[in-house]
Amino acid sequence: MNDLQPRKDLLDIESLTLEEIEYVLENAVPFKQLFQRSVKKVPTLRGKTVLNLFYEPSTRTSSSFEVAANRMSADVTNFTISASSVVKGESLLDTIETLQAMRSDYIVIRHQAAGVPGIVAKHTRASVINAGDGYHAHPTQALLDSMTFREVFPDYAGKRVAIVGDILHSRVARSTSTLFNKQGVELAVMGPGSLVPAGRHDFMTRLSSWEEVFDWKPDAVYLLRVQLERQEGQFFPSIGEYHRMYGMNAERLDKMRQLGAYLMHPGPVNRGVEITDEAMRYEKSLISTQVENGIAVRMAVLHWLKPQTEKK
Amino acid sequence: MSEQPDITTEEILSPDGIEEAVIDLAKKVGAVCSGSEFAFVGIFTRGVTLARRVAEVLQQDGMECPVGTLDISLYRDDFDNRGADLPRLESSDIPFALDGMRVILFDEVIFTGRTIRAALDGLMDYGRPSKIELAVLIDRGHREIPIQPDYVGETLETTLNQYVKVRFREDDDKEGVFLVTEK
Repeated sequence: MNDLQPRKDLLDIESLTLEEIEYVLENAVPFKQLFQRSVKKVPTLRGKTVLNLFYEPSTRTSSSFEVAANRMSADVTNFTISASSVVKGESLLDTIETLQAMRSDYIVIRHQAAGVPGIVAKHTRASVINAGDGYHAHPTQALLDSMTFREVFPDYAGKRVAIVGDILHSRVARSTSTLFNKQGVELAVMGPGSLVPAGRHDFMTRLSSWEEVFDWKPDAVYLLRVQLERQEGQFFPSIGEYHRMYGMNAERLDKMRQLGAYLMHPGPVNRGVEITDEAMRYEKSLISTQVENGIAVRMAVLHWLKPQTEKK
Repeated sequence: MSEQPDITTEEILSPDGIEEAVIDLAKKVGAVCSGSEFAFVGIFTRGVTLARRVAEVLQQDGMECPVGTLDISLYRDDFDNRGADLPRLESSDIPFALDGMRVILFDEVIFTGRTIRAALDGLMDYGRPSKIELAVLIDRGHREIPIQPDYVGETLETTLNQYVKVRFREDDDKEGVFLVTEK
């Protein structure tokens, strides 16, 4: 039977049931198909408003949400709050009050502090979608990663994904690994010792070098972005050093080719750091598919969530 | 399926009855389509089956009928009222250009007409057909908007506490058309 209940917000992956994940991913497929038509727009959210509230710079995620909302005929307002204006507890609540007055139906929020989307969700009627909060979660990224992986591996259970890079600073690593783990995909992590937190990823195999990664025979390698802007302390000696140790270079690309492994990256890439120009052109790179699927998944999420109806 | 005491179900068309109605629809549609550029589009789920069955009958007479499929969920006018039953989407598949084509739209039942309104909007986003017509297996009346079918298998007098269930063996575990009355 159908145990799916309408949901107001999407805040993380942990709280989703497998059935909900399946529901969103299955609905994303028809949405993606709309992109083949000359008219890519459907009228589903006509008259509804989507507020993109970004406290942290992001071009990709905010435009992906914007395109998704536009293709569903919603009206989108972009509200970018400059990184320099520090937002304290009270002023966040003030912002929420302002948002309430705007009567948005959906609020897409990115914030540098974990938990902020959850607070906003509690205080508003609108459906809140977490577009990344601190090191906590980025659920739509996880959903689009899963959609992309399933397109190449319809029988994904038991397949192997090695996540390489700055896991400590990555909400992507957290959300995506949680989702893959729920779906029975096997996971390994490899990165600078200082950036691979102990304990948090108990379900993941810890590997210490590319050699070990390739010996583990991954079906896909998921490179994380080195988040230069979020690295307050020094976690590794230098960018050059990072590239030598953990970056995807020509030699490692050859090994990828031999294994037939796919390459994923959440974007935007730091060329010359975690990936070389040559690796960007790898024939089994799924990076641009991830971008396209991001729009489809976000449309499916907007279609799924149900804002609270206003009490008359 | 357990029958509740305050619900009665009456068979309107038997499997043979459905076959006759499909052949009848095929005759009417085939007569107007022959010689023109035309295509069928079925509305998910059973409109698709109906379109395929009619196409099959015409194919036996040597008429090639391309069949596309259309999911109208994203075009509905009651998205806000979706309840606990969350809509599962299907991939619409119209593998031919609709521009300048004569399109016959198929659905199993016409009731309020709102589904067809949504389907027309959806269809227009695929192209500009020269003409769109509507074929249904059952017309049960009670239109809420001015949309009428061009080809009808069976017209039924119904009341608002009744609904029409069409079951096809391709989609369901049985075959038949039933009138369900809730007391």
